[in-house]
Amino acid sequence: MDTRAVGLNAIGIGKSYGAFRALKDVSLDIGRGEFLTLLGPSGSGKTTFLMILAGFEQATSGRLMSEGVDITARSAEARSFGMVFQGYALFPHMNVEQNIAFPLQVRKMSRDAVGRRVAEMIQRVGLTGHEKKLPAQLSGGQQQRVALARALVFEPSVLLLDEPFSALDKHLRGRMQDEVKRLHQDFGTTFIFVTHDQSEALSLSSRIAIFNHGELLQVATPQDVYERPANRFVAEFLGEINLLPVENIGDCSIGTGGSFEGARLTGPRQEHAGGAGTLAIRPEHMSLADGCPRDANGVAASIIATTYLGSAMRLGLATRGGTRIIVTLPTETAAKALTNGPDLWVTWPMDKGFLLPEGR
Amino acid sequence: MAAAAPFSRAEEEGPSVSLAPDHRTEWGRQATPRRASRWIGFCFIAPLLAFLALVYVIPFLGVAEWSVTLPKPGIGQYERLATDPLVLSVFLRTFRICAIVTFVSVTAAYAIAYVWVRGTLLQRRLTELCILIPFLISVLTRAFGWLALLSSRGLVNTWLQASGLIDSPLQLARNEFGVVLGMTHVLIPFAAFPLASAMRSVDERVLLAARGLGASRLRIFWRVFLPMTASGLIGAALIVFVFTLGFFVTPAILGGGRSIMVAELVYLRMFQSPDWGLGAAVSVVLVLIVGALMAALFRFARPAMIGGGR
Ligand SMILES: Nc1ncnc2c1ncn2[C@@H]1O[C@H](COP(=O)(O)OP(=O)(O)OP(=O)(O)O)[C@@H](O)[C@H]1O
Ligand SMILES: [Mg+2]
Repeated sequence: MDTRAVGLNAIGIGKSYGAFRALKDVSLDIGRGEFLTLLGPSGSGKTTFLMILAGFEQATSGRLMSEGVDITARSAEARSFGMVFQGYALFPHMNVEQNIAFPLQVRKMSRDAVGRRVAEMIQRVGLTGHEKKLPAQLSGGQQQRVALARALVFEPSVLLLDEPFSALDKHLRGRMQDEVKRLHQDFGTTFIFVTHDQSEALSLSSRIAIFNHGELLQVATPQDVYERPANRFVAEFLGEINLLPVENIGDCSIGTGGSFEGARLTGPRQEHAGGAGTLAIRPEHMSLADGCPRDANGVAASIIATTYLGSAMRLGLATRGGTRIIVTLPTETAAKALTNGPDLWVTWPMDKGFLLPEGR
Repeated sequence: MAAAAPFSRAEEEGPSVSLAPDHRTEWGRQATPRRASRWIGFCFIAPLLAFLALVYVIPFLGVAEWSVTLPKPGIGQYERLATDPLVLSVFLRTFRICAIVTFVSVTAAYAIAYVWVRGTLLQRRLTELCILIPFLISVLTRAFGWLALLSSRGLVNTWLQASGLIDSPLQLARNEFGVVLGMTHVLIPFAAFPLASAMRSVDERVLLAARGLGASRLRIFWRVFLPMTASGLIGAALIVFVFTLGFFVTPAILGGGRSIMVAELVYLRMFQSPDWGLGAAVSVVLVLIVGALMAALFRFARPAMIGGGR
């Protein structure tokens, strides 16, 4: 519905605090109307990058472009991107209506128009009946809605959200995630969303940018970062993964593979430098068998621990050489596999593993 | 309307209230040390309470008795107080000076506290020095210091005359101007402390949010920062007003007997003319006014004093 959304191009953005480099040469193209998530551990520079996008912080180096215009030096007021802060940052002395009306009054909109827009926005975020309450009288989820409404009511070209749900309980978090997704579709604005929760990032975004130590490690769709991580850090950060050390990496007729405890394991064809490396496989891509499979990878292992997770079972195994492997299976499948005793084979399709370069 | 917040909290804590029977014994055991520690606490403040009673409350009750017994029993002194033009004019002047001093020192303290809390590191340190050093110098010394500056042969007049800007000395002391100036100087730190505390509790992100929503600096100040520090303003104004009401040294010296304020009136009635009954009645009224203002202070501005902000 909105055509005001803009794209942003960060070109070689760096930020130093004294000798400490909080951001190192970050280049990132953000598409118009996209839902981009900045994901990374605490202290990785996500907030710093967001503050530079919003104009609250000045980058030490690099440029910021918007639709071909250099906006590096433009002030935060002039950029007027909507922003939802960690901890909401609502005006404590204003009630819900006044909070949401603030950006419209700044824009010198007529009283009638302000009233209409605020009422519409209150209805859209489900705050009807709470118009006259002060922020301190609202629950966490309601405060979050006010913050969203205040940031969206003036139809900003970009909405920046800094860990908006970190203070909410799991149930409410899920509901708010759905709501934010809906608001993104309704408004069509470019959303840039910071989180350190990988499942939140995977479920919400059109693309994920992964940060660590001030560096941008990978930008790709959720499926790509999950199934084709650029390096070991990304692979491990996005959820549980099995890492098998392999040697003698080389190509064969069906892909690229390496040796692990005497067996030849194969993954999809990819660039490699030979020698040793790591083969990474997600636990949910593995299954159990009582013999070595012919057209899939297989490793002999024995079960050492089982954890019941409700719908699934998490099995801890050890190979003959002592490497730990984790397999998650639907509860019934796991129960069937367990009847054959502790010694069995872990198998996975050849296209599901991927080789990670050594180091990093 | 503030009741809504505690309600929602109670709701969240609801389920945890149901205690298993074996927990009850633990609660019972806890009660004993808690009650004991409360008494120990009282023991610590008891000497202070006793001192206050001995030095203030008992003598004040004596003064209150004088006000209705001297020179003869009855409320005659209070009737005099309400009708005597001299007494009324002193009360009126006191309130006028209090209002001016409160306005000037709270306004100045607001600016000072702003730099103190939000300035650069150097600005903050300098402000701290400028607030603390005068704060540590006795009020009497400072009053005489002002007199040395402001009297008709004081430094200011000497300079102005030497530079040829004026022919005859300006009347800077021994009038309301001198009193206001001297008292403002004394009271600015008292206003700056609660204001700085209120400003410190303003969340930086709220101000950033206002900026991000497109507001100019002026609008952020009027619509966000000022209202968020309003409790500190009320607290500072009440503190200054209460102090000013009972001020004696500074007005007595800088007013030079011409701009008499209430406290000085009491002194004069008690020690210069044998009019103890009226002096006592004025004292009682003064204490009642101060008491009411202190009650207002604790009622409305306590969070700002303690640093809670909102
Ligand atoms: N004003 C500052 N002065 C000095 N160092 C800073 C400043 N602001 C941030 N940093 C440093 O920059 C690094 C990145 O901080 P940033 O707030 O961007 O992390 P983050 O990824 O948002 O982490 P979190 O998930 O904990 O919010 C941190 O190591 C932090 O200590
Ligand atoms: Mg952060």
